[in-house]
Amino acid sequence: MSATAIDRDIDNSQMHVSDEVVIEIEKMSKFYGAFQVLHDIDLQVRRGERIVICGPSGSGKSTLIRCLNRLEEHQEGRIVIDGVELTSDLKNIDKVRSEIGMCFQHFNLFPHLTILENCTLAPMLARQTPREEAEATAMRFLEKVKIPDQAGKYPGQLSGGQQQRVAIARALCMKPRIMLFDEPTSALDPEMIKEVLDTMVELAEEGMTMLCVTHEMGFAQAVANRVIFMDQGRIVEENEPSAFFNNPQNERTQAFLSQIIGH
Amino acid sequence: MLSHLTDNLELWRIGLTNTVMLTALGVFFGFFVAIPIAAARLSSNKLLSKAAFGYVYIVRGTPLLVQIFIIYYGLGQFHKELKAIGVWWFFRDAFNCGLLAFTLNSAAYQSEILRGGILAVPKGVIEAGSALGLTTLQIFRRIIMPITVGRMLPAFGNELVLLLKASSLVSIITVRDVLGQARFIYAQTFDLSVFYIAALNYLIVVMIIEAIWRRLERRNAWLKYTGN
Ligand SMILES: Nc1ncnc2c1ncn2[C@@H]1O[C@H](COP(=O)(O)OP(=O)(O)O)[C@@H](O)[C@H]1O
Ligand SMILES: [Mg+2]
Repeated sequence: MSATAIDRDIDNSQMHVSDEVVIEIEKMSKFYGAFQVLHDIDLQVRRGERIVICGPSGSGKSTLIRCLNRLEEHQEGRIVIDGVELTSDLKNIDKVRSEIGMCFQHFNLFPHLTILENCTLAPMLARQTPREEAEATAMRFLEKVKIPDQAGKYPGQLSGGQQQRVAIARALCMKPRIMLFDEPTSALDPEMIKEVLDTMVELAEEGMTMLCVTHEMGFAQAVANRVIFMDQGRIVEENEPSAFFNNPQNERTQAFLSQIIGH
Repeated sequence: MLSHLTDNLELWRIGLTNTVMLTALGVFFGFFVAIPIAAARLSSNKLLSKAAFGYVYIVRGTPLLVQIFIIYYGLGQFHKELKAIGVWWFFRDAFNCGLLAFTLNSAAYQSEILRGGILAVPKGVIEAGSALGLTTLQIFRRIIMPITVGRMLPAFGNELVLLLKASSLVSIITVRDVLGQARFIYAQTFDLSVFYIAALNYLIVVMIIEAIWRRLERRNAWLKYTGN
């Protein structure tokens, strides 16, 4: 369907989703000054769910997931992560951030630290993990994303795909229960997209709760439980992948999908 | 000419020590004063940022020699008051006054270097730190500062060399730095070649600074790789 096929057979239905709600968004709105970016967002995510968010540029996808770890502040409504409500209370923000890992479009690795140090900095500073333990954990996750041999290099020496995999490993080192991805493959050359998506598929198979902004429709079909379409700051359509792609209800969704698939 | 060097070795040694100490300590203390000034400049608090801007503007807009005079002679007028609060011992010494002037002066220039460097740290890298649960202070100390200082290393080296050369101004307030000793020997011998020896002293220190900076740049190996 999209340029990148996930060539591994995953049985979507077998990935475990519990009934426990881990993210609860209720009538949430966000403004930049007078401009309303998000309108009355309602969304519930259960543990183990994998949600793909798509929509045209500027529709508020990044803003929505950035509100979940308080990189952006919402003004109305409620966001509750694992029972902790996001307010201006710094303790709650800390608690929520320690539950949530995030990967960005441009990787955002720390350029002055080696790959290993990128992965150990936060565990050592925010969790007071002893260095040896932090390094052992980091090496384990670097092996998982298949770049343990690059541990001593600097981010600038790695390809984009490798950097994004390091970013995933760095987030995993904090043992998050939820992972957010904001267009993790859209800054990558086509030949590197697959290696990153494969890593994400593996995470999904392990039962990680994931919210992923992406236009990789092959990935969405293979791993998502639900696909959400956003437009102009609203959730316009929401469905399980096969219904979403084969039988979109809203005309904006239809227009968007035909554009994405058309090229 | 060389006899002026060999006959007065002890004088030159003291002179060189004073010059190096004044410059190195001025830049060192200046760096730590520069951090809050840069932070104030970048703060969203208008009053703080205006005050920091005013400080930098005044210091950079006036000659270092005038600043040295204000601290040495100007504060000297208040020696009774300074005695009363117990800090006269500090201000009666020309070396200390010179060092204070250098610190305050260099802090203004370094705060501008820091400000530029901090603004150039990608916002996304800072956000990555927040998303990982680091505190603002941890992000500043472990991410923003090392990236800034590494990238701005050439600018800091430049500031060090400029201050080294400007440090000769303290000879005017009786400090026996390299130029101070040269003037002292010149007053006895009327032989202009003592100033060649002084120049050589400065050149050697500049070369040492350059060597140290090359090492520092090598130690920041990440600078070679263009990444973000
Ligand atoms: N810091 C900001 N200040 C003002 N407007 C912003 C800011 N960040 C994003 N926006 C606006 O909010 C809207 C949603 O942006 P974003 O969430 O980045 O969209 P998407 O990720 O779907 O492309 C856009 O119209 C964008 O211009
Ligand atoms: Mg976006």
